[in-house]
Amino acid sequence: MTTLFPAGTFTPDPRPNTVPQMIAAQYGLELKLLLRNGEQLLLTMFIPITLLIGLTVLPLGDFGNDRVAVFVPAIMALAVISTAFTGQAIAVAFDRRYGALKRLGATALPVWGIIVGKALAVVSVVLLQALLLGGIGVALGWRPSPAGLLLGAAIIALGTATFVAMGLLLGGTLRSEIVLAVANLLWFIFAGLGALTIETGTIPRTLCWIARLTPAGALTEALSQATTLSVDWFGIGVLVTWGGISAMAALRWFRFT
Amino acid sequence: MSSVANTPVRLRGVSKRYGSTLAVSDLDLEVQRAEVLALLGPNGAGKTTTVEMCEGFISPDAGTIEVLGFDPVTDNARVRERIGVMLQGGGGYPAARAGEMLNLVAAYAARPLDPAWLLDTLGLTDVARTTYRRLSGGQQQRLSLACAIVGRPELVFLDEPTAGMDAHARLVVWELIDALRRDGVTVVLTTHQLKEAEELADRIMIIDRGSAVVSGTPAELMSSGAENQLRFTAPRRLDLSLLTAALPEGYRVCEHTAGEYLVEGKIDPQVLATVTAWCARLNILTTDLRVEQRSLEDVFLDVTGKELRQ
Repeated sequence: MTTLFPAGTFTPDPRPNTVPQMIAAQYGLELKLLLRNGEQLLLTMFIPITLLIGLTVLPLGDFGNDRVAVFVPAIMALAVISTAFTGQAIAVAFDRRYGALKRLGATALPVWGIIVGKALAVVSVVLLQALLLGGIGVALGWRPSPAGLLLGAAIIALGTATFVAMGLLLGGTLRSEIVLAVANLLWFIFAGLGALTIETGTIPRTLCWIARLTPAGALTEALSQATTLSVDWFGIGVLVTWGGISAMAALRWFRFT
Repeated sequence: MSSVANTPVRLRGVSKRYGSTLAVSDLDLEVQRAEVLALLGPNGAGKTTTVEMCEGFISPDAGTIEVLGFDPVTDNARVRERIGVMLQGGGGYPAARAGEMLNLVAAYAARPLDPAWLLDTLGLTDVARTTYRRLSGGQQQRLSLACAIVGRPELVFLDEPTAGMDAHARLVVWELIDALRRDGVTVVLTTHQLKEAEELADRIMIIDRGSAVVSGTPAELMSSGAENQLRFTAPRRLDLSLLTAALPEGYRVCEHTAGEYLVEGKIDPQVLATVTAWCARLNILTTDLRVEQRSLEDVFLDVTGKELRQ
């Protein structure tokens, strides 16, 4: 009876593709989805860029003579939080709601391939943010040392890992509407906590230390110190702790649907 | 060929409990190669739980499952490489376009079917650039079917494959499933539509409250318990003594309602010939002569005690 499907159309030949090719396809689509999403771009690119330019140029507060050197690492920390935490949490929550993860879980793609695809996409966007914010910083007079940049890159990598783990924990366990609200709310709280670590002159020391115990404060402080060639071991410890606990919790409670 | 190659799906005494509900209870099931098996049952009968255990998404509480010779939970990767899965309600990245989603799944296979051809065949070319989130339910279903078969699997699980599709799309999908079987693909599908099971399946298993109630070919199911009635219509008040005498012992003949006659006993070709010969002797033309066939709906009602469409 079939005219649409000549004999042999569906003859079985179920050979999986090579893992690098699967990962490449996975990464390609994940990156495309991140860069095409207007709300994500607002959060990951436009808000950080606007904040960097605005805070550097406008004479608000007392941040010394080299304002741009204060704000590039602080805003970069916020940009990492936007991409790795808020963006990922929301994306993962909606992927789950629309059955994307379960759908992929029923294919030849290994489960870790889903995570690697997402991770590579996040790393690419963070790299893009670093280039854009760094470039704008340089245009505004920022002159970091090469060693400071290298140290900063290591801190960015650690911060990205920590916030991705937290994002997966949030996005992988709660309902998408709740994740949307909580992830955005936490973005504002993290922005505030990060800010508490920079304006050291007027803020009580206790408050500053409390902020540095949070992942946002720790990342902002560690990245600021890195650009001045100082290693914030305390901040690194805080990031590793939050990241480790979140990763373990995510492994335990993450749900595909 | 080994028995694994001939019996790609084998369930033995499989049970699954959710809290106090027994979703699947002591289920035995075998699916032969290149066979279309339909799991038919009302909503909540345990159909989806059964296929999702075969796909490795759910672990059974008791019993063993072998898919292509492997345990689908512990050897999940080896099973997933060779099967195609259409989940109930589909599934996809909400912001990915239909074409991108199918291309992605095609990229997991070394020799996939042509995604563009598949989109065209399933009537999705017009929405290839529409995001998954904006597809209609029927379009999401068709995309999900395309994702299930694009990697040339040898075994596919289709959970409610035509739910939410219009009549035309349903016919295309039926034709496609028919072609899958013809080309040697084993198909396990779930449905709560009798017509679908009747149209597509080589074998139907009716399940209710997690248990297999009855299974067989559509013809077997529809004839079982009904091959002992013959009905025909003829003029009223015929003398039936001659017919009774001509039939073997133990057969009962009566005028069931005015002008409608009923022969009870094992109805075989000889009995049919006896009845028509008797009619010829009396020079009467019977109309509407039939051996009772139960509809699948009757079978379903009998074995589960409930209507299917609810």
